[in-house]
Amino acid sequence: MSFSPLDLAAISVAVMLLLAPAAAVSGSRTPLMVTICFMLAAIGSLLGAYAGAMAVASGSVGSAVLAVGLPDLPFHMRLDPLSGFFMTVVGLLSFIVSIYSIGYVKAIAKHRPVTRLIAFYALFIAGMFMVILADDALFFLVSWEIMAAASYFLVLFEDERIENRRAAFLYMVVAHVGAIAILLSFGVLAGIATVPAAGLGLAGADPAGFTAFRGYTFDAMRHANVTPGWATAAFLLAFFGFGAKAGIIPLHVWLPEAHPVAPSNVSALMSGVMLKTAIYGILRVTFDLVRVFPWWWGALVLVMGLVSAVIGALFAMMQGDLKRLLAWSSVENVGIILIGTGLAMIYASFNSPVLASLALIAALYHCLNHAMFKGLLFMGAGSVLHATGERDMDRMGGLIHKMRWTAPLFLVGCVSISGLPPFNGFVSEWLTFQAFLLSPAIPNQIIRLLIPMGAALLALTAALAGAAFVKAFGVTFLGHARTPGIGAAHDSSRTMKLAMALAAALCLALGVLPSVVIDWMDSVPQQLTGSSISGSAGAFGWMWLTPVASERASYSGAATFLVILLVTAVVWLLLRVRAGSIRRAAIWDCGFEKLTPRMQYTSASFAMPIRRIFSFAFGVRERVKLVPQAAHRAFPSRIQYAIRISDRFWMWLYRPIVDASFWAARLAGMLQQGRIRSYLIYSFVTIIVLLLFLK
Amino acid sequence: MNAHRIIIEFAQIAVVLALSPVFIGWVRMLKCWTQGRTTAGLFQPYRDISKLFAKEVVLAENASWIFRFTPYLVFAVTVLAGGIIPILSAHLPLSATADVIVLVALFAIARFFTALAGMDIGTAFGGMGSSREMTIASLAEPAMLMAIFTISLAAQSTSLSRIVQVIYTAGPVLKPSIAFAFIAFILISLAETGRIPVDNPATHLELTMIHEAMILEYSGRHLALIEWAGMMKTLLFMALGATLFFPWGIDATDTVSGASLAFVFLIIKLAGAGVVLVLIETGLAKMRLFRLTEFLGSAFLMATLGMLSFFILE
Repeated sequence: MSFSPLDLAAISVAVMLLLAPAAAVSGSRTPLMVTICFMLAAIGSLLGAYAGAMAVASGSVGSAVLAVGLPDLPFHMRLDPLSGFFMTVVGLLSFIVSIYSIGYVKAIAKHRPVTRLIAFYALFIAGMFMVILADDALFFLVSWEIMAAASYFLVLFEDERIENRRAAFLYMVVAHVGAIAILLSFGVLAGIATVPAAGLGLAGADPAGFTAFRGYTFDAMRHANVTPGWATAAFLLAFFGFGAKAGIIPLHVWLPEAHPVAPSNVSALMSGVMLKTAIYGILRVTFDLVRVFPWWWGALVLVMGLVSAVIGALFAMMQGDLKRLLAWSSVENVGIILIGTGLAMIYASFNSPVLASLALIAALYHCLNHAMFKGLLFMGAGSVLHATGERDMDRMGGLIHKMRWTAPLFLVGCVSISGLPPFNGFVSEWLTFQAFLLSPAIPNQIIRLLIPMGAALLALTAALAGAAFVKAFGVTFLGHARTPGIGAAHDSSRTMKLAMALAAALCLALGVLPSVVIDWMDSVPQQLTGSSISGSAGAFGWMWLTPVASERASYSGAATFLVILLVTAVVWLLLRVRAGSIRRAAIWDCGFEKLTPRMQYTSASFAMPIRRIFSFAFGVRERVKLVPQAAHRAFPSRIQYAIRISDRFWMWLYRPIVDASFWAARLAGMLQQGRIRSYLIYSFVTIIVLLLFLK
Repeated sequence: MNAHRIIIEFAQIAVVLALSPVFIGWVRMLKCWTQGRTTAGLFQPYRDISKLFAKEVVLAENASWIFRFTPYLVFAVTVLAGGIIPILSAHLPLSATADVIVLVALFAIARFFTALAGMDIGTAFGGMGSSREMTIASLAEPAMLMAIFTISLAAQSTSLSRIVQVIYTAGPVLKPSIAFAFIAFILISLAETGRIPVDNPATHLELTMIHEAMILEYSGRHLALIEWAGMMKTLLFMALGATLFFPWGIDATDTVSGASLAFVFLIIKLAGAGVVLVLIETGLAKMRLFRLTEFLGSAFLMATLGMLSFFILE
């Protein structure tokens, strides 16, 4: 008996869906139950990843109509290369994070019940799988809500803290505003798909009334004749809705609040893959459902991507909380993915399918890469949090001596996310740059001119990200411990280290073997743009990446890696032969003797030059309080320094909305006075008014 | 792959390794002459490096493996960069492994790890140097890429050998885009190689040092490797400027004799580059850290103008 990829995907969804109630009923408190549950989750995720990878590799499309759903509105499921790719991304990271969770959740289980965590964790992954597999608007939205609700409860896991409840509430509000926009977008498309187009009996034609209503399926939308005006409305709504989930600026406010407060394994999934479901939605609506669009849609996506990337990187640099830094960096990386997507849309709208597929590959590759390194970094941050109980970097330091495994693995994540060869982040950034540099092929003068400016902003983003992750690693792991409590830190358990090592190995593999990966994922641009790049990209074998032509650009991650490794080893060995001794001595520091850990640069001081240079981007409030000595007033006995960096978007965009809704609520509240007489008058007036209307 | 290309490749790496201390010696010599001092000779940097290699390493008691690993990595990355820039020949085998974007990223690796090493010991100097270095880099890198993109748009390629071939065959024509990119490149080279007015390679004054602050705790062979890599980086930026903007004299015939001739031309070009560098360094004073935004901003502006003129005029 053989299974098609779609069967396997369905089985993996079923495993995750069954795991949720099973975990809830079994009251999984014992370490053994935790292990079994997360093992099952790992197996289910791996199955989903395998099914997706198969679908991408074969380029096949499988679809099915399920027996569940509303009466006469069954759920449709479909696994094509696009959904297969995202299944792989989600499944792969969920697999790794599930292994990590075995150790991580066991540690949590020592001091609080974890049943809720396990059940919603499984439901969350199932929700993401279903969003990707859904082939009709109804199933998509139901899955979308399952995913949102499950992640809401996961954010709320440590609900005794007020900041967590606030973050979860904010997340819920933004998620629902977004969901309404998506619902409306699908409503527009479904409405048009249902109307028979000028008497032709198309798929959406509706002779038999409600029972034959098929306009809600994606298939009917694909075949609908959408006028440009309605298509634009549908796109703008979808971009808004999915943008709220992806954390595009200015819809990002929930992201740096909600991602850090969730348990770290959940943060890894939320940042690593949940954001990608929104990217999937944007790609599905534009390239698959609407298909023909003007260039300014792409320009809009590109500009939003650039803004998110630069602001995300700047704010990541400013954070003192390790997990918040990672969350802001997710805003940045979603921006980079959208840059690739926007370029692909621009090229596609100018009928350059080869260039569009190059840009699309860049965006998709970055999706995969970001899942791996952001997953790795959040797992690393979880290990640090578990070992020290701290999220504030300014209270850490010197952890490289305590966490001998976590530190190098976290470093791999930092190097990858900073876009340094030979790791994976560089490959997708390099591809995005190549896509930028092909802009002279566009017939429109303005875009040709503006696109290279975008390349400069992307370069700025990459450089700022590098600075932010030097800070993240340097302040957390290097130097001296800034607080005495850090000294007791220990490395994480075996499964946690294994999971991080897996993710790190994938980061390296994806960076060293890009042509193999591109060859595999090439069926996705084939499906969406009708063109592929693997013919030229892998023309010179597995070692060489030549996206357009070998004269245009070439890169070999493997050769770069090997040469660096070789030279490092040769130099080390040469110096080893005649090495003088190495003596350990006290820190020199230009002969200064009274060095204390408090004299080290902190995260705030490290970020200070960039904070000053880009001060227009933040609302910065600094306060210095000096307590002078009684004898010598010039020498303070105590200095207090406080800094608050606020998000201007909150002030300018959200604050007015919050104030307006409070104002409206107070206005409505004036009706409610608690006096029975007033209420009787309300009823009386209502009856009179109704009588006037209905006379 | 032809055997003589591999010979030229190794010859070029050897030239970069051997010539970089001499180039620094040349720059220091010129500087002494312009400032009316006696010189230590062309080969003093060799003597400094060999002295450092012979000395014992004194490591701070809390130095981690990052601190010990960084010199080797920085050195290896710089050697790789020396292997991919077409300095002697436009047909280097290693050139295909990495294009100009990779080249920028290679220098970024060296910077990333040097900044980490600066923070490893936990001194205030180290953190200060790392913070400043990363700040300057985040402003210089976009300008650098803009300048390079202008040339790659003109050559329709980001591959270094291809760019050199295109400019070589086009002959010496003054294009406004290339001219603007060249000015931007000079400004960025000063920032990237840590010269006046951005950083002063000769200072150990705590308020002004940037690169020196990060490597303050290094000694012995670790310091030798970092110093040598720094010298190579300076040479490579000069050679990159020479090769991108004045490729004439480079070996385009793909023969060993052509490469030897290119070596002679390289020495002439580097001697000229040294004179320009010294004139700039002697004529300017070091800038305050927060005035560097104007300096690097004007570099960015020049590169942007170059790109605009490419699209409008060419």
